[in-house]
Order: sequence, then structure tokens, then C-alpha cells
Amino acid sequence: MDTSRRDFIRVLTGLGVTASLGGVGTARADSGLLPGYPNQFGVLVDTTVCIGCRRCEWACKEWNKLPNQKTLREYERDQSVFQKVRRTHDDTYTVVNRFENPRDASKPIYVKKQCMHCYEPGCASSCFVKAFTKRPIGPVTYDASLCVGCRYCMAACPFDIPAYQYYNPWTPEVTKCTFCFDRISQAGQIPACVSICPVETMTFGKRTELIDLARKKIRDNPGRYVNQVYGENEVGGTSWLYLSAVPFDKIGFRTDLGNVPIPTMSKPFLSLVSPVFIVVPALAMGFYSFKKRRDQIEKDELKKALEKKEAK
Amino acid sequence: MDSAPATMKLESSWVQDKLFLGMTWNDYLRSQFTKFNAVVAIILLVGIPVIIYRLVFGLGPSTNLSDNNPWGIWIGFDMLCGVALAAGGFVIGTAVHIFGMKEYSFLFRPAVLTGFLGYLFAIIALTFDLGRYYRLPYPMFVSWGVTSVLFLVAWHVALYLSCQFVEWCPAIFEWLNMKKARKIFIKATLGATIFGVCLSMLHQSALGSIFLLMPEKLHPLWYSDYIPLFFFMSAVVGGIAMTIIESSLSHRIFSKQIKNHDPEHLDRVTLGLGKAASVTLFAYFFMKVIGLAHGATWAYLDSPYGYLYLVEVLGFVLAPALIFMYAVQNNLVNWVRNCAIFTVLGIIFNRLNHSIIAFNWHLPLDERYYPHWMEVVLSVTVITIGILTFQWIMNRMPILYEHPDYEPENH
Repeated sequence: MDTSRRDFIRVLTGLGVTASLGGVGTARADSGLLPGYPNQFGVLVDTTVCIGCRRCEWACKEWNKLPNQKTLREYERDQSVFQKVRRTHDDTYTVVNRFENPRDASKPIYVKKQCMHCYEPGCASSCFVKAFTKRPIGPVTYDASLCVGCRYCMAACPFDIPAYQYYNPWTPEVTKCTFCFDRISQAGQIPACVSICPVETMTFGKRTELIDLARKKIRDNPGRYVNQVYGENEVGGTSWLYLSAVPFDKIGFRTDLGNVPIPTMSKPFLSLVSPVFIVVPALAMGFYSFKKRRDQIEKDELKKALEKKEAK
Repeated sequence: MDSAPATMKLESSWVQDKLFLGMTWNDYLRSQFTKFNAVVAIILLVGIPVIIYRLVFGLGPSTNLSDNNPWGIWIGFDMLCGVALAAGGFVIGTAVHIFGMKEYSFLFRPAVLTGFLGYLFAIIALTFDLGRYYRLPYPMFVSWGVTSVLFLVAWHVALYLSCQFVEWCPAIFEWLNMKKARKIFIKATLGATIFGVCLSMLHQSALGSIFLLMPEKLHPLWYSDYIPLFFFMSAVVGGIAMTIIESSLSHRIFSKQIKNHDPEHLDRVTLGLGKAASVTLFAYFFMKVIGLAHGATWAYLDSPYGYLYLVEVLGFVLAPALIFMYAVQNNLVNWVRNCAIFTVLGIIFNRLNHSIIAFNWHLPLDERYYPHWMEVVLSVTVITIGILTFQWIMNRMPILYEHPDYEPENH
């Protein structure tokens, strides 16, 4: 199914008229059940490799020209930030967090966090002005020129990624990782964070190939990883994937998200919209006519009775 | 030459008659020095600078919102509670115009007015919450995000506001003495009411459906596949309860306006509304229980959030349902009135549970949201301006009484 048809079907679902067009075309599958854009890119993050140098944080700020930038050396030296588990903010698209290693206390686990770039993004389905777009090559991008600032996307993101420029009074924007859309649109280019990593924690490539790679790594290194690729199925699948030596809930991931895409949650409700506009007025008008007719009959009978009385 | 002063006089008398309640400017001004207005003045004196502060310096300094807590009381209280409690217009409209329950028809105009103003001021409060409030019309005219439940809410609230305006128009035209325009809008009432029922059913439930996208943030006891139905049913209860409160208050405060005021008729109708509230609350309670079974969330009941949930469902749903039933059976009108207040508090509690208290329940306490004082002041200010508007209209338009020059409404 190509992009435009997919969008078209989505528009119809939103308006609630797909039912009448169910027979059109070949596929009747819910878009949430489709495997997603076949050629999208992804990144596989191997958390057993990361050394916590935070160069990716520096490179991200550098490329996206984010505020509060420091020197690369300061990033590498400053260990104090690891005392708290951090999240993304309006000046930070990505953060590296440190977690205790339950297997070996001397080797903490470092985990990079950024937008997961979902197949079926909750943020995109929540946006009432369509400011988010899932690009066929993978990134979920944001268009500030449409954004009204309702912040539903922030509430709807299962990974708590979008942040807001609360201290910008006139033109605040939602901020989040762009998957370096501007870079990876060009052949041979890779995201800034991936390119700076000194230990190759991250692998950029076609998502389907990355899943094969992840499975191969798990197979070839018995005992090194838990048998799960985080992001393969979570909320319907994400472009970014993770490998870990310990269960994912020990290193800051939510393992209670399930595999159903977030947009699917509100579809049954949205499908009720047009039926309500058809069924309710019909019932209401029916009831109204019934009541009117009953009143009329009552009136006529009263009139007849009065006439009878007068005739006597 | 002579006509100019004549029109001047006519105009000034029109202004006097319509705007100053038949008083001269000086008398009118003097009549405004009341205790109520003194309180209002203090609220506005604090509140209006707070509104300006929010608009000039942004959300950061004026709220406790954060990246983890993007929504606060402007959404959870002003919007969710405001819209739920403004459902009276649609509930009474359905009863009177579709089901033909004529003895409730005198409640229609005040209920529609309360509904209209409730929605209007919920939208005004929402505007302050939007980062770029000047883009409020974007979902209508610039870009359609049709997959969003919020898109539905935006459109339906806007359309429903228009519906309620149409329903309110006859009163405006009676006030302005425009007979032809009044007649057109009287005829439009039935259509507007039916359209309004559809819109209300959908956007009241849509306000709950907003939370369907957040299964990982909202506590499982409140997150349910039935959220749309829960929000709709509780809004019906809210509409009935607010109509009970509003009618008994305005018949006391504006009693001078009503010439042949029949307190017994009001009592009878209040008991009828109490009965409706009781039935709806019972149905809502049983749906809540079915929701527990459907979600298989029984185990959560024995936890702090579970106790909170039990307080809400037993204390603020089942208890008022029983009290309403007892009061109606024993003709205790004042019990019905007090129970209505209790029910409204319960609905506010329910909406705050969804949006704030049981929301982000997995976060540690120091990352949770509580309102900034300016958020509270701004909400109070918006509500105060709403009440002032209501009072201004009640004093001028035929809302509580039938205009002597016009036949009662018929379509």
C-alpha cells in the first residue's frame, strides 16, 4: 500500500466513513497490522557496549544547534549528571543515563534515550493539526508552523519524549529528536549521534536488517544478552531498537507498554462518530413524531367528546 | 432640524432601557456598589494582572507544568469539569423538545444559557493553556488532524456552541424586540436540539477518549475501554445536578423577575430531576462495576489508589444515587438540592482523578504535578467573569420568565 492511499484510508477512518467503502481495494487490514514502511531506517543500540562518554549528547546539540551547549571535554568529564535518571527537555534531544548493573556492580550500564520513532506514533495520531509526520524512511518529524501548543503529543507519547519550550512566551515549540532527518535523507549520511560514537554502540541501517543483526548477536553470544530486542514489537514496533544484558525494566525501559500501537486505542471510538450522526437524529425525529401524533389524537378525542356532549 | 435631538433622546432611552435596566447612568452606577461586586472587584484586581502575566511571560513562569506533566488544572478542571457540568442545556433540551416533557420547559432557557456560558468560558480558559493561543482556529481552517480525538472535540465544541447560541437566540430577540428574527430561531430550535444531542454525546465521551491514548500513564482503575461511556453518563448526571442547583439558586436570587412564581411547581420539577439523577447514577455505578470486571482490575482495589477509587465510586456515585432515591420517595426537596451539590463535587473529583491525581501515577512524588497559585487564580478569575456575564444577561433578557409580549415557544 503506497503512502497516499494509506493516508487516504486514515483520513476516512477519522471521519468514520470507512465502513461504507470497505470493499474498495485489495487490503482491508487495519493500518496498525501492516508491517510499516518496508525501507525505513533504524538504529540498533547495544547497551552492553556503551561507555557513557556522552559524546552523542554533544554531537546532537551541535548538529541541532540547541541551547546550553558545553565543550565536548566537559561532557566527558561531568559524571554528576548520572546521579539522577534524566529525560529529554527542550534543550536536549537525547540523554545518556547510568544504571546499576545487577550482574557486576563495577560495570554500570549506560543507556541512551531519544525518540524511538514509532511505526504508528502516538504523537502523530494525537495531534489535531497533523503537525507530526511518519516519514517513509523512518523519522517522525514535527512541523512547528502548524503547532497550536496543546501538548497532547507529550501526554500521548508512551516513551515520554516530546518536551516543550515553556519559557518561550510567544512562539513555543514541541521539541524532540528528528532522527537527523535532514542528514539521513541524503545517501550515505548517518545521524550525528551515531557518527560520533567512539565504541560503535549504535548501528544505523535498514530496520529489517538491524533486527536480523540483533537476533544474530543474541544467538552468537550466549549469556551476553537477554533474549529480547526492545522496540521490535513494543507499541507496534519502533525504528530504534535496543539490546541489553539485563531485563529492560532494570535499565529504565517500560516493559508494560504492550504491542498494540497507541493510535489503535482510540479507533473504536472514532469509528462511532458518523453512526451517531445517522442513528441519533433518526431516533429523535421518530420519537418526536410519535409524541406529536399521540398529542394530536388526544386533542381530537377530547374535541369529539365535547361535541357529543353539546349535541345532547 | 428637530429630528436630531429626538433620535438622541430615543437612543439614550434605548440604552437606558436595555443596558442600564431603565435607570440613569448615575443611578445604575450607584446600584452596582454591592457586597457581591466588591468581592468580584478584588478577584478581578488580582486575576486580570495574572492573565496578562501569563500572556506576556508564557506558561513557564505562571504554571507548574513540566515535560512530564503537560496538562494541569486548566485542562483537568476548567475544560473537563466545565464542559461536563455545562451538559444541562443538552439534557433539558432533549427532555423538553424531543421527549415533550412540557412541565420542564421553563428550565430550558436557563439551562441553555448556563450551557452556552459554561462552554464559552471553558474555551476561554483553554485558550490560556495553549502555547500559541492565537492559533486556536488552526484545527478548523489550517490543518486537519482527523486521527485525533482532540480534533473531534475542537470541532464539536465549536459547533455545539453555535447550536446553543441558536437555542438562546429567541431570548435575545425578545429582549431586542425583533419579532421576525425570533420566529426564525424558534423554528430552528428542534433542529439545533437534535444536532446538539449528537454533538454532546460525541464530545462529552470524546473528552474521556482523550485518555485512551495513555494506557501507560493513567492508573488501570480509571483507564478503561468504557471511558467514553463513563464520561458521557457522568456528564448527563452533571447536567441534571447543575440544573437542580442553578434553578433553585436563580429562583431565589432573581425571584423579583418572576411574577407568578410557583414554588410548588419548582419543587415538583426538582423532585423529577432528582429521580432522573438517581436512575442515571445507578446506571453509571453499574457500568463502573462492569468496567472493573471487563478490565479485570479488581486486584488494584486493595491499594492506596484503590481506596481513592472506592471513595469516588461508592462515596460520590452510589451514595448520591441512594440519597436521591430516598429523598424523592419522601418528597425531601432540600435533600435533592444538597445531594445535587454533592454529586457535582463527585464529578469534579472524577475528572481531576483522570487528569491529575491518577495520571502519571507511576512517577515519584517529587515529579508529580500540583497547581501553581497563578493557575488557581486564573481559573477563579475566568469563572468569576462567567458568573458576571450570566448575571448581566439574567437581569436583562427573558430567561426565567415569559416575555409578556410573546406567546410561549412552540414549534
